[in-house]
Amino acid sequence: MRPDEVFAVIRAKFSEAKEETGTNGIIIPKESLLEVSRYLKNLPLAFDNLHCITAIDRKEKMELVYTLYSIREHHGVTLKTYLTLEDLNVASLSKVWKSANWLEREVYDLFGVVFLNHPDLRRILNPYDWKGFPLRKDYSHPELIAKPRL
Amino acid sequence: MAVIEKIPAAKLIHKIPGGGFFLTTTESLFKWGKASSLWPMTFGLACCAFEMIAAGASRFDIDRFGAGVFRASPRQCDVMIVAGTICVKMNDCIRRLYAQMPEPKYVIAMGNCAISGGIFYYDTYSVTKGMESLGIAVDVFIPGCPPRPENLLVGLMKLQEKIRNEKDAAG
Amino acid sequence: MDTTQTKDIYTEEFLINMGPQHPSTHGVLCLELKLDGEFVKECTPHIGYLHRSMEKIAENRTYTQFIPYTDRLDYVASMNNNLGYVMAVEKMLNLEVSQRAQYIRVIVAELNRIASHLIAVGTFAQDLGAFATPLFYCFREREKILDIFDQICGNRLTYNYMRIGGVQFDFPKGIDEKIKDFVKYMRPKVDDYDQLLTYNTIFLSRSKHIGVLPKELAISYSVTGPNLRASGVKWDLRKDEPYLVYDKFEFDIPVGKNGDSWDRYKIRIEEIRQSLRIVEQAIGALPEGDPTVKVGRIHKPSSSGIYFRTENPRGELGFYIVGDGSVCPYRLKIRSPSFSNLAVIPELVKGLKIADLVCVLGSFDILMGEIDR
Repeated sequence: MRPDEVFAVIRAKFSEAKEETGTNGIIIPKESLLEVSRYLKNLPLAFDNLHCITAIDRKEKMELVYTLYSIREHHGVTLKTYLTLEDLNVASLSKVWKSANWLEREVYDLFGVVFLNHPDLRRILNPYDWKGFPLRKDYSHPELIAKPRL
Repeated sequence: MAVIEKIPAAKLIHKIPGGGFFLTTTESLFKWGKASSLWPMTFGLACCAFEMIAAGASRFDIDRFGAGVFRASPRQCDVMIVAGTICVKMNDCIRRLYAQMPEPKYVIAMGNCAISGGIFYYDTYSVTKGMESLGIAVDVFIPGCPPRPENLLVGLMKLQEKIRNEKDAAG
Repeated sequence: MDTTQTKDIYTEEFLINMGPQHPSTHGVLCLELKLDGEFVKECTPHIGYLHRSMEKIAENRTYTQFIPYTDRLDYVASMNNNLGYVMAVEKMLNLEVSQRAQYIRVIVAELNRIASHLIAVGTFAQDLGAFATPLFYCFREREKILDIFDQICGNRLTYNYMRIGGVQFDFPKGIDEKIKDFVKYMRPKVDDYDQLLTYNTIFLSRSKHIGVLPKELAISYSVTGPNLRASGVKWDLRKDEPYLVYDKFEFDIPVGKNGDSWDRYKIRIEEIRQSLRIVEQAIGALPEGDPTVKVGRIHKPSSSGIYFRTENPRGELGFYIVGDGSVCPYRLKIRSPSFSNLAVIPELVKGLKIADLVCVLGSFDILMGEIDR
């Protein structure tokens, strides 16, 4: 299916989904994330493959991006959801797609987003007792030497 | 104090004419033996590890220098070739492995990352800026990113030269 | 020993650390194993021993300055990583690349795929006990490829060859003869590996039916690359979402039947053969022109996020880039294939002996540089 057809199917079931201008991303509120994921995994869309989870620190809010593909139907979709900095909690998708387990652990380690009902939410790349969330824009560390600008 | 001086008969051998010459020759024999059979530890961390394996393979053949026996256990090694980036999580492991190696032991820092952090010096929070900042004394530095296997062989030859010119064979 | 006597023996499970310094873990990986004698009850991987914070570095380097860092991700297949990154940036900028540059990119990417699979095969055989002989044979072949790369771009391991809009240098004179000679030289060597290793009794008994990965589990864990194809899923980005000029070449996609370690090894041998086919077709049809870059080195794209994925020797490498109009990316996320491939291993090794765990780990062909980034 083409991206606009995928969006039409999702919009028909979930009226709160919005299309992002300029890209093929679909913005959904964080409360409906788990329900939308369960719907996307089954037929007719059959998104069986959660490829990548990214977070972007937009300074006033945190953007979460989920990239999904379907091996069966040969199409893909990008889901986006926004979180406020005071409430960085979102439902975990590890029961829907098993690849979400480690991908969400990485987002927690680098950004501090807490995934509710995750089976094992620990740091994965940094040491387990690391303080702070490195990829946030306001992160500072004594070892972090900035490259001198010429 | 040289190893050879510690044997009980050393003082007696010195009194015999030609005894000093015999002791010095034996010392050079020990040093030659040490330098020609350095056993490295398999400590390839990142990209430089593959150049180290290529140096051990058939084209560059580190075995002709006596260093072809790569042992995994630190108890059986003489030289630790740190090849690759040292990250914060790995610091404790390196210190522990270095402490477990028996004397005499040597360290070769291979690659820019092991010398000073390399291209990961700026803007990183999780990279240790070189072996010296861990508090471990390094014998030979081999720059390069990654250094060619021939560079590793030259570094090994420099280490062998250093061992042969040591003041005493105890290391 | 009489079986009635074994019921009185007291046994206990114990916890052991395999790694991070270990000859069989293919890098700095720590596996925490809960063992009952020789059998693995539970396996917990601990990663992050090579976490070099590349994504933080990317936010402070220009798009061109980040290309050498992509080399160090999957350091055995540097050309493919470079390719994935520059194609993602070119998609953001809507840049057209000349035909000669596209053919050159395909040739070097496929040669690097052969070099990477040779390492996978050599180290897998070494892990199973064929101590150094297959490794030396594979490295002998690999040295020929590295000689070709040395002449093209000056480096043996981290090439930094691709640029945004083309490649760094054109092919030197006489290199296409060398590449054709290499293809002729390599074909009988792959048949050698089949004769010596693939159907060897010990090799078969060590790797057949070990670590079987079912199809649904593989797709759910987002396993990609030869590991997915060994489980019976015919999915390869070069055929299903073609990029560069892959749609102009004829090649097959080998697919396995059982999803065990032997299948994963066999798929890699077959992929070497298919890559040789692609290289032969590409070098025969190389168009004239200038593949070097004509656009400037400073780019300022603005995009709320594009994602582009390519087929690496280990799976699908993806780059998610967000640009805000400045010279450095705002966010660059690297989706590495070995990260997702490693996540499935704890499920596969339950009940296996330690020696079989080493076999499964070797057959998955993971690389810590791209897992930890």
